[in-house]
Amino acid sequence: MLLIHCPYCEEDRSELEFRWAGEAHIARPENIAAISDEEFAEYFFLRNNEKGLTYERWRHIHGCGRFFNAARDTVSDKFLATYKAGMPKQPVPQTGASEKTVETYEATEGDAR
Amino acid sequence: MVEMATRTLPLSGFHGGSSAVRIEAAPPAGRISLRARAEDVAALSGALGLDLPVKPKTSVSGSGRTALWLGPDEWLVVGDLNGGLMQAAANAGVLHSATDVSHRNTAILVSGPGAAAAINAGCPQDLSLKAFPVGACARTIFGKVEIVLLRTAEEAFRVEVWRSFSDYAFGLLAEGARDAAFSL
Ligand SMILES: [Zn+2]
Repeated sequence: MLLIHCPYCEEDRSELEFRWAGEAHIARPENIAAISDEEFAEYFFLRNNEKGLTYERWRHIHGCGRFFNAARDTVSDKFLATYKAGMPKQPVPQTGASEKTVETYEATEGDAR
Repeated sequence: MVEMATRTLPLSGFHGGSSAVRIEAAPPAGRISLRARAEDVAALSGALGLDLPVKPKTSVSGSGRTALWLGPDEWLVVGDLNGGLMQAAANAGVLHSATDVSHRNTAILVSGPGAAAAINAGCPQDLSLKAFPVGACARTIFGKVEIVLLRTAEEAFRVEVWRSFSDYAFGLLAEGARDAAFSL
């Protein structure tokens, strides 16, 4: 079972208490009525779906109820860092999840099948 | 002839447990779901007659009431049925949200040497005394339902659960209690 550190509860808790809540750090346009359809689609629908290091919102729904942000490696499923909602994107500790390792994953993908 | 409507507890008549665990429905209680900002906590604490806890996973008792920290701005306050919790919160005179949830929840009292093991049958929390000491509380998950768990003594817990889920929670606790009896 995955343990996720909740920055509000200040401890590791079981993944069963959490719910994924989409990509993080997507800023709502200042004046949403003024943007074009393409810009709206970019903001509202289009997500990066990165392989490797990704920033996501998570919610401690069966705990303190708070949304927070997490840096996660989508290949290993490892949570690299979590931090409170509203904070800017945080650097992740050196873990090996980077653009470079993502390339490695791509390179070995064929062998894994 | 006047017929009085009588309220039945959702778990009245339920029995369960084992040689290691006692499980029983808690008597009716008054409860509020309380939300407030940090700057209004002191006034609400004064009005409720206890210091609302601000540390995660902790509870505070006072004036016959217990306040459980659920989140950074959220508490479950449990007291006597008709114990005036709503009025007390209103008397604080500061911005807050209080909702009477006395009859939304019911509670199950779990006690005995296998109490933690019975709860762990469906709850992923670390219930060792180090991680979850007496007075610790948390909203968490029990099988498929959400509960609020409070440790009232080394071998005793109060499980707050929504009344429509209480049948399920009691049943799973009874299963856990039976398993706990084997492992002790
Ligand atoms: Zn939390």
